[in-house]
Amino acid sequence: MLVIQNLNYSSHATIFFQRFSVIFTDILFIYAVRECCRCVNGKRAGKDIMEKPTFILAALLLWNFGLLIVDHIHFQYNGFLFGLMLLSIARLCQKRYLEGALLFAVLLHFKHIYVYVAPAYGIYLLRSYCFTANNADGSVKWRSFSFLHVTLMGLTVCLVSALSLGPFVVLGQLPQVISRLFPFKRGLCHAYWAPNFWALYNAVDKALTVVGLKYNFLDPTKIPKASMTGGLVQEFQHTVLPSVTPLATLICTLVSILPSVFCLWFKPQGPRGFLQCVVLCALSSFMFGWHVHEKAILLAILPLSLLSVQRAKDAGIYLILTTTGHFSLFPLLFTLPELPIKILLMLLFTIYSFSSLKSLFRRERPLLNWLETIYLVQLVPLEIFCEIIFPLTPWKLTLPFVPLLLTSVYCALGITYAWLKLYVSVLTEPIPVRQKAE
Amino acid sequence: MEKWSLMTITVLLGLTVRWTVSLGSYSGAGKPPMYGDYEAQRHWQEVTYNLPIRQWYFNTSDNNLLYWGLDYPPLTAYHSFLCAYVAKLINPDWIALHTSQGYESQPHKLFMRATVFVADLLVYIPAVILYCCCLKETSTKKKVSSALCILLYPGLILIDHGHFQYNSVSLGFALWAILCLSYDWDLLGSMAFCLALNYKQMELYHSLPFFCYLLGKCFKKGLKGKGLILLIKIAGTVVVSFAVCWLPFCTDVEQIMQVLRRLFPIDRGLFEDKVANIWCSLSVLIKIKSIVSPQTQLKLSCAVTFLSLLPTCVKLTLEPSLRGFKFALVSCALSFFLFSFQVHEKSILLVSVPVCLIINEIPFMATWFLLVSTFSMLPLLLKDGLLLAYTVTSLAFLSACVTSFSIFEKTSAEDLQLKSFSLSLKGYVSWFKSFPKIVKRLFLLSVTVMGILTLLSATMNPPERLPDLFPLAVSIISCLHFLFFLMYFNIVILWDSKSSKSQKKMS
Repeated sequence: MLVIQNLNYSSHATIFFQRFSVIFTDILFIYAVRECCRCVNGKRAGKDIMEKPTFILAALLLWNFGLLIVDHIHFQYNGFLFGLMLLSIARLCQKRYLEGALLFAVLLHFKHIYVYVAPAYGIYLLRSYCFTANNADGSVKWRSFSFLHVTLMGLTVCLVSALSLGPFVVLGQLPQVISRLFPFKRGLCHAYWAPNFWALYNAVDKALTVVGLKYNFLDPTKIPKASMTGGLVQEFQHTVLPSVTPLATLICTLVSILPSVFCLWFKPQGPRGFLQCVVLCALSSFMFGWHVHEKAILLAILPLSLLSVQRAKDAGIYLILTTTGHFSLFPLLFTLPELPIKILLMLLFTIYSFSSLKSLFRRERPLLNWLETIYLVQLVPLEIFCEIIFPLTPWKLTLPFVPLLLTSVYCALGITYAWLKLYVSVLTEPIPVRQKAE
Repeated sequence: MEKWSLMTITVLLGLTVRWTVSLGSYSGAGKPPMYGDYEAQRHWQEVTYNLPIRQWYFNTSDNNLLYWGLDYPPLTAYHSFLCAYVAKLINPDWIALHTSQGYESQPHKLFMRATVFVADLLVYIPAVILYCCCLKETSTKKKVSSALCILLYPGLILIDHGHFQYNSVSLGFALWAILCLSYDWDLLGSMAFCLALNYKQMELYHSLPFFCYLLGKCFKKGLKGKGLILLIKIAGTVVVSFAVCWLPFCTDVEQIMQVLRRLFPIDRGLFEDKVANIWCSLSVLIKIKSIVSPQTQLKLSCAVTFLSLLPTCVKLTLEPSLRGFKFALVSCALSFFLFSFQVHEKSILLVSVPVCLIINEIPFMATWFLLVSTFSMLPLLLKDGLLLAYTVTSLAFLSACVTSFSIFEKTSAEDLQLKSFSLSLKGYVSWFKSFPKIVKRLFLLSVTVMGILTLLSATMNPPERLPDLFPLAVSIISCLHFLFFLMYFNIVILWDSKSSKSQKKMS
């Protein structure tokens, strides 16, 4: 099994072993969820255990549809990694900063995608650990800077990095490692467009091309042949709109992350603000990042679950984001035997999240307005069209990627909307009056 | 959370488990020349689609009865016919006469699994949900947890969606019948039961309680007035529904006789394979099969079965009540399973489903029984390669029951419905005080034994001289359990009286 030449090796025992390794490493995830549940205050506690925020949070995290299918059906070790992330968040909420930083550093060296949320971690640690006190109005007290804390933190992070990258530095392979980690050669979008801003951009480009060809604004000979959804991971040219370079996406990402980070620095709200910033960082980089995978949406969904059980406003955003985000994961499982499973699990999770959050916030105004409800309900006909009706039509052979395109564009709308809504709610939030400086 | 969303989640959970189990292996996968029940069902589709009805049950050049000949009543045949029509639309190769024998492929497996899934979804699951919603004097939470436990019962899931059969159809019809009877719609109920009976003849295990309950009801109304009319109406309904089901076979007597001969194969012996009933267990000590002639075997088993049924049936006829009816269903089916002729290990499902229905009344005993019943089919499941599914679903079922009914706190004599029995024993037995503890220890002991035996039969090779050691051990242990349960259910039924209920209400 471990012989490297043995690519595509497969047997029942291997499958069993690999699957079991995922289940085994999920133990960490379960522990992390338990720690997170402790951080959530149980003020709203009902008499029934099913109605307690902690129970709902545990169910939302452990039964998370995306994590289930990506890890246990598609096969990845995200449960373990998200366990590390949630654990570090929980540690930060419990004010055990060094542990949190250590865990996050370890996490970064497991999978570098978590670099997207690093700004939130950096600023939060700097703000609440390196500066030990705040002024009465919440702004930072510059005098309280603690050298000891900074050194400790720096040491922790450097030690982890040294352990992880050390062997490769000694062998002189660092550039190769880095080029493997950041593959800018692989094109703006994945074979299946992740539902982000660039999916909308591509779709507009396509639409303009079609319209242009029809009314003879464009010269057909100049249009490159390669189809963007041709299933191959490669660079391609936009036809009408300007093509996007990696640098442009990087700048877009940074610009979109900045306001949330500023918010974290100037309007400190403790763990809550930190969580919001983590979610915003993850979402912004998902929106504008280079070669984003659709699975990266989990990076935003899981931390947002923590917020969703605490405030009705966040719960509404959570429902939109999870439903569309999870729906956009559907193309990961494309074989017929998996179809019932993904639909059943998705229904299970969606119905649970809607009804539990609704009962949790039953005294407040409805979580979703009519427009959002209509948008979410229309996912059902979309799924029916993509999975059942479309394969029966003659377009199946000529335009096989239409369902994927529809799914990603439709989901991109919802995710963009959720992102904007969350951003607006964070930016317009009034600065809380601090009772006392810590 | 509201009731409907909880119920929806329960149903979705049940469906997810069903479909996940169905991704696994099935009976006789890749085992020529006879394959297994999967091939049997496929073969019936082939036969019913390609041959005229007159030949379905007859041995002809196109229909070799020795190769999975039809041996279920007409409704099963019609169901196969219907499935065959759909199969024809998708891929005609699946049901081509002769050439399709032993056909196996991924798409075909998907199709077959989907037919079971749809049948389950249309017949069994709605009946369970309706039954749980209509439970009287119970909170929403209790209703939902009963539904959850019933839908997660591993035995039925493993046999239908793993091993491959359509038990959920006949059991579902029986459930519909029980549901109708509990609303006093006796005619609809008897019709539903006739459908069940015409789907699988094994439903005869349930027929005596139905008969006694309805007869008792007629007696109660007075046999000279309303009771007689009701009896005539019921009899009419039964005759008509049977006639409709058998209509195509009513052309001549030989057809009917041939179908009956196929349904009740008397020459197949007292038992086959390893079954957890009394005859198979006794054969370890006495080789009944070789000592006694088949005719005497038949008479012997009939006599014993009849004797064991008698008390329950008499009681039910004299005092027909819905609660007594459900318990009688359990105990009669269990008697049939233990003592009757030609029993299959899968027939334990006929006992399990009525037990599921009383899971909210005696959660502890019901959970125990349901676990044992699944365990008794272990050799079969091992043969089909369903060990993983068996382990996971059983553990899930156990934990669902433990959390939703907190069964370990409900082991007192009163919770086990043994109050009146213990009262009548009080003078003679002094150990009754520690009763809950003893019961709990017994339960833990039995679960441990089952766990160890599962582990042994899954990992160890049996000694060469005794190749059937583990299956035999499984069936003997299950048989002992079933005898104990038979005793328990009979005690509950016989000592259940109106006076004890009124006492309960007083206190």
